[in-house]
Amino acid sequence: MSTFTLAEKILSHAVGRSVRAGEMITVRPDVIMAHDSLTPAIIKIMRERLGVAHVADPSQVVMVMDHVAPASNVATANSQNIIRRFAREENLRLFEVGRGICHQVLVEEQIARPGRVIIGSDSHSTSYGAVGAFGTGMGSTDIAVAMGTGKTWVRVPETIRVRVHGRFRPGVDAKDLALWLARDMGLAGATYAAIEYLGLEWLPLPGRQTLASMAIELGGKAGIFPADGDVARRFDVPDWLTVDEDAQIKRELHIYLDEIEPQVAVPHSVDDVVDISQIAGQPVDVVFLGTCTNGRYEDMRTAAEILQGQRLAPGLRMLVTPASSQELQKAIGDDTMTTLLAAGVTLTTPGCGPCMGRHQGTLGDGDVCLSTGNRNFKGRMGHPSSQIYLASPAVAAATALTGRITDPRTIEEYRPQTTDHSDSRPVV
Amino acid sequence: MSRVWKFGSDVDTDQIVPGRYAPFMLKEGQDVKDYAFIEARPDFARNARPGDVIVAGKNFGCGSSREYAPEALRRRQIGGIIAVSYARIFFRNAINLGIPVIEAPDVVDALEDGMEIEVKWASGQLKSDSGQLFELPPMPAFATEIIAAGGLTAFVRKYGRFPGEK
Repeated sequence: MSTFTLAEKILSHAVGRSVRAGEMITVRPDVIMAHDSLTPAIIKIMRERLGVAHVADPSQVVMVMDHVAPASNVATANSQNIIRRFAREENLRLFEVGRGICHQVLVEEQIARPGRVIIGSDSHSTSYGAVGAFGTGMGSTDIAVAMGTGKTWVRVPETIRVRVHGRFRPGVDAKDLALWLARDMGLAGATYAAIEYLGLEWLPLPGRQTLASMAIELGGKAGIFPADGDVARRFDVPDWLTVDEDAQIKRELHIYLDEIEPQVAVPHSVDDVVDISQIAGQPVDVVFLGTCTNGRYEDMRTAAEILQGQRLAPGLRMLVTPASSQELQKAIGDDTMTTLLAAGVTLTTPGCGPCMGRHQGTLGDGDVCLSTGNRNFKGRMGHPSSQIYLASPAVAAATALTGRITDPRTIEEYRPQTTDHSDSRPVV
Repeated sequence: MSRVWKFGSDVDTDQIVPGRYAPFMLKEGQDVKDYAFIEARPDFARNARPGDVIVAGKNFGCGSSREYAPEALRRRQIGGIIAVSYARIFFRNAINLGIPVIEAPDVVDALEDGMEIEVKWASGQLKSDSGQLFELPPMPAFATEIIAAGGLTAFVRKYGRFPGEK
């Protein structure tokens, strides 16, 4: 048996011998990522509990200020200064406030690339699978021990294949597929497993990032795309990183895109998902467009096409948080951002924004939010009596226009295209 | 005796400790241990005692990777967790912090909220207040090694390697 899953190939390459699902291995990750929210704790664990004063290999470590950036109070400001000092002393790469969300920045900087092993202090580190890397999230102790020793332990995961057939219908995109998978597989549907997405070689990188970021919402350890299509055009791909069709897998799901309508996750669970027709008309106070799942140029562009020449519904507020400074620049480079601003949106600093309820739009008692993010757990974005619906950027913009959850295909001025705009992405 | 705090399925880490109570959001003198289940189960936040046991359904600890969720439970000195299953990152985090995490669907079914029980974590023996005896299934070998050492940092410090590493 000489066939392997993508997860097995990447981990085998990292340890220099063939490894199989189920094996416990000690691996030297190519990248160890930590963000502002947890790094002060990580430093403390490394120095005090592990008793190691310095990072084992500074070239492995990348730090990003994105969770509460810029700082919201004296405590967060001071804790970020601890990170700045540490990065300076240890000679680490640090992406400052405003550069963007860790998962977007590492892809833009090509620190995340095909075939790499990347561990991050953030659960959405599965995002790196969008570029054909093995990305997985870990807690502070794991990251601290990895920084201090250069290594971590991993159980090589079994693989669940998601084989996709057909193309999205107009007005439906990768987010609807991600929510559809949550609906089908449930919050624990891929626990301990890697997801391998097949049949999407035509899907551009942004849609792959949307899907891979949400692999964790199914409990996945990783969510890996073959490094083909748009990714092969942007990145160098190692010749060993190919899909073995006959590799040993745990399970295969077939998804037919022509069956999928716009999807909405309703409070308070990511896998409590309905067709938009079942929830259309629900009044909304806040629309949030952003996050590692849906804060890119393409997402803002989709919203701008729907909001073109219109104003937000009276009494509704809409927050737009670009995933990175580069994505923001692209939206400024054409009329995307001016269209959104003319419609009345509030633009916030590139980063995680209000996704985890700490700043830049924390929800109050009873607030109802429709978010393009990835989690709608109770209290996630603020007060526990607030409610979060999750949907695509097109649904978010259509909802912003009417003040109620709205199917974008019912907006007369909007002529949705299929989302295969692989050649339309502006070059920065 | 230890009290059983019983939870349902899919308890996410936002419920264990909401992001707004992250340690670095707290003021001087506040401790994350006082915010464990502060919103989802305020009686736990008020009344949980050292040694108490969390009993839960499927996929306990899903969502955010925040280690301060199991850290709050560790500082609260809970005896351990018995669940039908765990989310992957939480499972790792708990083991790394030295918290016993047992998968035992039958035992979960038999235990009710508020029961007083006695658990010997090392030998896996559990006795309920009515005298019923249960055998807890063992954790994976690497997890037992880490927990016996007092957590991952203690293990690596003591042995200079990872569990299973030569």
